[in-house]
Amino acid sequence: MELLVCIKQVPDTSEIKLDPETNNLIRTGLPSIVNPDDMHALEAALAVKDQYEGSRVTVLSMGPPQAEAALRECLSLGADDAVLVTDRAFGGADTLATSYTIASAIRHIQRTMNRQFQIIFCGKQAIDGDTAQVGPQIAEELGMAQATYACELSVDQAAQKAVVKRQHENGYEIVEVPLPLLVTATAELNEPRQPGLWSSIYAKRYTISHITLRDMPHIDESRIGLTGSPTRVRKVYQPPLRGKVEMLSSIDEGAKKVLELAYHIKPEKFAHLLVPNDVPVVDSTEDEGVDVKDPVQRAASVESVVPSEAKVEEIKPNTFAAEAAKSADVSKGGDR
Amino acid sequence: MAIDRNETFDVIVVGAGPAGAAAALRLAEQRVKVLLIERGMAPGAKNMMGGRIYTHSLEKLVPDFRDRAPLERKVTKERISIGAGNEMTTIEYSCQDVKENEESYVVLRAKFDKWLAEEAEKKGALLVSNVQVTELITEGEGKNRRVVGVRCHDDEVYAKLVIIAEGANTVLLEEAGLTGPTDPKTMAVGVKEVYKLKKEDLENRLMLSGDEGMAWLTLGDMTDGLLGGGFIYTNKASLSVGMVVGLEDIGSAGKSVDEMLEAFTSHPRIAPLLKNGQLKEHSAHLVPEGGYKAMPKLGGNGYIIVGDAARMCMNLGYTIRGMDLAIESGICAADAVNVALRDENMDRVPKLYEKQIKASWLRHDLKLYKHVPKFLGTNPRIFNEYPTFVNNLMRDVFTVNGDGAVPMMKKIMRRVGDIGLFTLIRDAWKGVRSL
Repeated sequence: MELLVCIKQVPDTSEIKLDPETNNLIRTGLPSIVNPDDMHALEAALAVKDQYEGSRVTVLSMGPPQAEAALRECLSLGADDAVLVTDRAFGGADTLATSYTIASAIRHIQRTMNRQFQIIFCGKQAIDGDTAQVGPQIAEELGMAQATYACELSVDQAAQKAVVKRQHENGYEIVEVPLPLLVTATAELNEPRQPGLWSSIYAKRYTISHITLRDMPHIDESRIGLTGSPTRVRKVYQPPLRGKVEMLSSIDEGAKKVLELAYHIKPEKFAHLLVPNDVPVVDSTEDEGVDVKDPVQRAASVESVVPSEAKVEEIKPNTFAAEAAKSADVSKGGDR
Repeated sequence: MAIDRNETFDVIVVGAGPAGAAAALRLAEQRVKVLLIERGMAPGAKNMMGGRIYTHSLEKLVPDFRDRAPLERKVTKERISIGAGNEMTTIEYSCQDVKENEESYVVLRAKFDKWLAEEAEKKGALLVSNVQVTELITEGEGKNRRVVGVRCHDDEVYAKLVIIAEGANTVLLEEAGLTGPTDPKTMAVGVKEVYKLKKEDLENRLMLSGDEGMAWLTLGDMTDGLLGGGFIYTNKASLSVGMVVGLEDIGSAGKSVDEMLEAFTSHPRIAPLLKNGQLKEHSAHLVPEGGYKAMPKLGGNGYIIVGDAARMCMNLGYTIRGMDLAIESGICAADAVNVALRDENMDRVPKLYEKQIKASWLRHDLKLYKHVPKFLGTNPRIFNEYPTFVNNLMRDVFTVNGDGAVPMMKKIMRRVGDIGLFTLIRDAWKGVRSL
C-alpha cells in the first residue's frame, strides 16, 4: 500500500512567547518540533505499514530547508521516504494556498514517482495555527474522500475500505469510507513509537528530495504563496492574564482554597455543603423537600434524617469548611 | 536506499558525552568506521556538571577549539570560601595571563557536548541521537565471554569493539556483569540551578570584565556536615550555582539536598549575587568521587571503558576535574584502537588502552591523589568543625570592642583549643600528605 503522511514543523509552543510591545511571535531561539498531531498521523501510517507487508510510507512537508530536521525525525521512526516542498515562492501562504501547493506536490509525486497514494494521513491541526483546515482542503483539491478527527482506524486493503471512528464535540461517529482516503488524526488515535537504531541510521544517511516551483510547471502561480492567500491577519494579540497562580502546599489547604473561592463566587450554591461548627447538624431536617404538613411523610422522613450519635461525631471533626466560610467573609474581593 | 540490518562497524561508542565524542572524533579522523549512539534528544541533553573544563586535552583533539567551541567564559578568578552559619571566609586568586595549556573555561554541557559530537560527525563518525542502548550483546562463557555488539530495544548492531562511555550511572556494565555494583561511598549527587542575569550585573557583582570568568567553590556547613560543597560558575549571562553531596549519608542527613541548595542560594553572602536572577534550569546528576581506588578494570574482551563510567574524576576540594580526564581517556581509547586495527588484532585493544592510560598523565594524576577521597570521606571535621574554627579565628582577628586587645597568639591558641592541637596537626598532616 502507498501511504503518505503530511507533516509540519512547528515551534515548540511550550516555550513560545509574544513580544509584549509588537505582539509578534518571538521566533528566535525557539526549538522546532514535528507538530504533535502529525506524530499520531505518522504512527497511524506506520501501523498500516506493519499490517500490510510491502507498504511504503512517504512523508511530505512544506517549509524552509530547516524542515528537513522534522522529516528526518519521521524517517527515524520508520518512514521510508521523505520529500520537502520548498521554494521562496511558496512563502507567506495561508491554509488555502498551502493546501493547493501541497496537493500539487502530491500530484507531482504520484506522476513522477508513479505512486498512487491510497491513504493520506494528516494531523488534526497544527499547534501554531490551530486552523484544522489544510488536511480537509487537500482532500477537496485532490477530490478524494476524507475522514477528519479520527480516533480509531481500521483498514481493509482487499475491500479497499477503511472504517474510521471520528471524534465529535459530544460523541463519536463511525464511518466506512472507500479508498483512496485522507484521514486527519487526533491524539487519541494511537501512541507514537520510539525511534529505532537502524531507522535512525537510515534517517541520518537519507538524502531528502526537494520539490520546488520549477518542478511543477502546471501549477497555477496565482494560487500559491502570499498572492494566492485571501486570508489577511488583522490583529494578533496576547489575551490579558486572567489571574495569578498560587501554589498550595497540602491537599487540606487546597480543599480550603477551593471552597473559599467557590463560596465567594456563588455562596448560595455551596451554603448547604458547609457545616458550621456551632449549628447542631442533627436539627436540619427542613431542607429535605418534605411536606411538613403531612404527618405520615414527616414521621417517616424525620426518622431517616436524624442521625445517630456516631454520625454526629463523624461530622464534627470536619471543621475546615466552617473555617473556610469564615475566612471567605474576611477576604472579600480576592485576587481573581 | 534500504536498511541493511547486517551492516557492522569497526567500533560502536555508547554515549556521546566528552569521552565518547572524543574517542569517536579521533577514530573517525583515522577513517575508522564508528557509530556513536546517544540516548538524549541531542548529545549533552542528559549531561550536567558544575561548569569548568580544563582544556589541555581538548586542545590535543581540536587545536582551534578557542574559535569554534561554545565557551562561556575563561576562568581568570578562583575563589574558595569557607562558610559557617552566616559567616564566610574567602580566598580569591586572580591571574590575567594564564598559559595556553593551563587554561580552563566555563561551559554549558547542553551546548558543549553537542558541539563536540558534531565535530566527530564532521570527521565522519555516524552519530545517532535519541536511541537508547538497552543491553550489551555478549557471546561465549567465562573467560571467553566477549562483547560483540549492542542492543537498542528490538534492534541489534555488531562491531569489532564497543567503547563504553555511558557515564556515571553504569547500568549497562553492571547488567552485563562486567563490573560490580557501584559502592555509594564512592558516589555523590550534584544539583545545580542556572540563574539568568544581566551581563553587566554579573560582571559588576563579581568584578569581571569582558570574557573573564570565575570558579567559586565553597566548603562548610551548607552541606549539613556531609561530604561535599557548593559551587558557582560564571556563564556568559547566567550563573551555574549548585552543590555536590556524598551519596552515602544522604538518607540520614537532617536536610534534603534541595533544602541544602536552597540554604546555599539564600545564604547572605550568596543571595545578593543572585538578586533579580531568573531561575532557568534545575538539574541533578550522579558524580563519581571515588578516584583511583574506585576505578574498575578498564576493559576486557571486545570492550573498553572511558570517562565517568571508568570513574575518571578528581575532587581535591579546591580543584574539580572530570571533562579533561574524559577527553584524554577518549583519546587514549582511540589511539589504542588505531594501533590494533593497523596490526589487525583487536584482541589487544584492552591491553593497549591500559598502556596508553599508563603512559599519559591520566593514571599519574589519578594515582597521585588516590588518598584524597578517603581523607575527605572519613574526616567529618572538615565539613563542620574546621569551617567554624576558621571563621571564629577570623572574627577574633578582626574584632575591636573596647574590652582591651588580646595578643594574636592567644587568640589563635584559644581557637585551636576548641579542636585540640594534636587533632589539628594530625588532620593537617594527613590532608597535606594526601595532596
